Amino acid sequence: MAGWAIAVHGGAGVDPNLPADRQEEAKQLLTRCLNLGIDALRSSLSAIDVVELVVRELETDPLFNSGRGSALTENGTVEMEASIMDGSGRRCGAVSGLTTVKNPISLARLVMDKSPHSYLAFSGAEKFAKQMGVETVENDYFITQDNLEMLKLAKEADSIVFDYRIPQVGYESCGTGVQSPIHMNGLPISIYAPETVGCVVVDSEGRCAAATSTGGLLNKRMGRIGDSPLIGAGTYAGELCGVSCTGEGEAIIRGTLAREVGAVMEYKGLGLQEAVDFVIKERLDEGKAGLIAVSNTGEVAYGFNCVGMFRGCATENGFMEVGIWE
Amino acid sequence: MGWAIALHGGAGAIPVDLPPERLEPREAALRRILQIGVSALNARCSPLDVVELVVRELENCPHFNAGKGSVLTTNGTVEMEACIMDGNSKRCGAVSGVSTVVNPISLARQRPLQENRQGLETIDESHFITTENIERLKQAKEANRVQETPVPDGDSKLGTVGCVAVDSLGNLAAATSTGGLVNKMVGRIGDTPIIGAGTYANKFCAISATGIGEAIIRETVARDVAAVMEYKGLGLKEAADYIVHQVSPKGTTGLVAVSSTGEVAMPFNTTGVFNFEFGTEETKPDRI
Repeated sequence: MAGWAIAVHGGAGVDPNLPADRQEEAKQLLTRCLNLGIDALRSSLSAIDVVELVVRELETDPLFNSGRGSALTENGTVEMEASIMDGSGRRCGAVSGLTTVKNPISLARLVMDKSPHSYLAFSGAEKFAKQMGVETVENDYFITQDNLEMLKLAKEADSIVFDYRIPQVGYESCGTGVQSPIHMNGLPISIYAPETVGCVVVDSEGRCAAATSTGGLLNKRMGRIGDSPLIGAGTYAGELCGVSCTGEGEAIIRGTLAREVGAVMEYKGLGLQEAVDFVIKERLDEGKAGLIAVSNTGEVAYGFNCVGMFRGCATENGFMEVGIWE
Repeated sequence: MGWAIALHGGAGAIPVDLPPERLEPREAALRRILQIGVSALNARCSPLDVVELVVRELENCPHFNAGKGSVLTTNGTVEMEACIMDGNSKRCGAVSGVSTVVNPISLARQRPLQENRQGLETIDESHFITTENIERLKQAKEANRVQETPVPDGDSKLGTVGCVAVDSLGNLAAATSTGGLVNKMVGRIGDTPIIGAGTYANKFCAISATGIGEAIIRETVARDVAAVMEYKGLGLKEAADYIVHQVSPKGTTGLVAVSSTGEVAMPFNTTGVFNFEFGTEETKPDRI
């Protein structure tokens, strides 16, 4: 067997002016989560268990846009979604529209393991959560001061903010030259949700798994569903690989990005890094996104076509890397 | 090449010996609605307009599991979902959990953030509920079953409607709409609104699938047909047959597909009848 491998991400598309202390905070969180996953792999936990426990950690920490610390809807509330897939057997579970479930990824896992379905949303998902006895909290548990301020900014600008860490006044002086207005699906509104979180793992048995979790777009309409809970778009795991994506939801959905990595490996015979590079280069059109991936032969890879992606990867032979920029 | 169109009213456990008086209304409705699609294509409407138009008709017809005639959730309510995709731009729209909009496919087509949204017709939820579906739910509850396994002696329990079309320039579009699974949990989302699972269109082909949602999601059926064409160079029929007969578990999947070169395919691996119709510009609209 080739050995285990793991990757985590905290979102693609990063403010190039992100203050150094925020960068450090992010890297520390990624490192901590990576180590959690590595310890679990060393204890022979299966890939599906490892991705769930790592994403739980990312959801619980308020730093990125998932669980606590989720971006806020237009109503100032939090609506979370997540999906998980077990490459052996390709079983999957997904949830959307969660407002009280402390760890959405765990509810997604329960949908996969304990319900007759693959995807539950809104009141039906909350009801299932009660039946399963998962930990629930009031919606304001998830809301942070940071996100309240970002929502205020977004509403003042009357738009959904591309990279909400950039203050409106800074756009002209921003080195990356953010286009305005940014289009998506033909509409002059920038729709971008940085800081979705995810984890992909291949264990020492060669089984792949993937998990993704998010609060979704800042200032989003109630009921809006993004790519993160959609199998084949934000999350995919099969015999050959496990993939988790982040970035412009519409572009990821339209490009069926996560499945695409697996499809080119399966149908074109590409290796993991080749597949990731191909998909990022050829399948995103004008969209901005990134992804992390592992293969059943113990490889790990990532790719992104935007400014930065919070990520970390490690393999059994001792390789470990945490980064933000190219 | 000329245009091509295919539509379906669901694949599933309709036994082949279902009495003709149960089969006939569905078949007649499909033939009538096919003609509507054919007229639109002859009038040079875009495939995107055509698939929406056809699916609206299928939603309005109470014989199919979409719009009026949708199967019921475990609570006896209706939760509809739909999805539409344009092959050229790959722009897509999907909705789920719809209970009062008369035509979910038209809601899916509307860009959610469009400024000048045209008002869509809404109606009381009872409009969608039929006595047959109240009966189906009762049977399913008595058997303590959500229809993830086909029942050989049952009426059509699996269903979804869909339409795919290509014009003479090779522009493709796909649309799918459904009430979902009988006795489903409230909030259950199936394959229909998931791009790449139940619905997909790109420059190669347009696909609308039907069957057991959970299996179609896992196998990313619609996307894979197109991927196999693109990456392995297979023709539409070969690609669709491969996905349905070699990859998807038996008893789970049926689909209609058209390609940019006007091919049509409608493979299915379910045990019963698959209700579909198709037509191409060169031949008279016909049914296998």
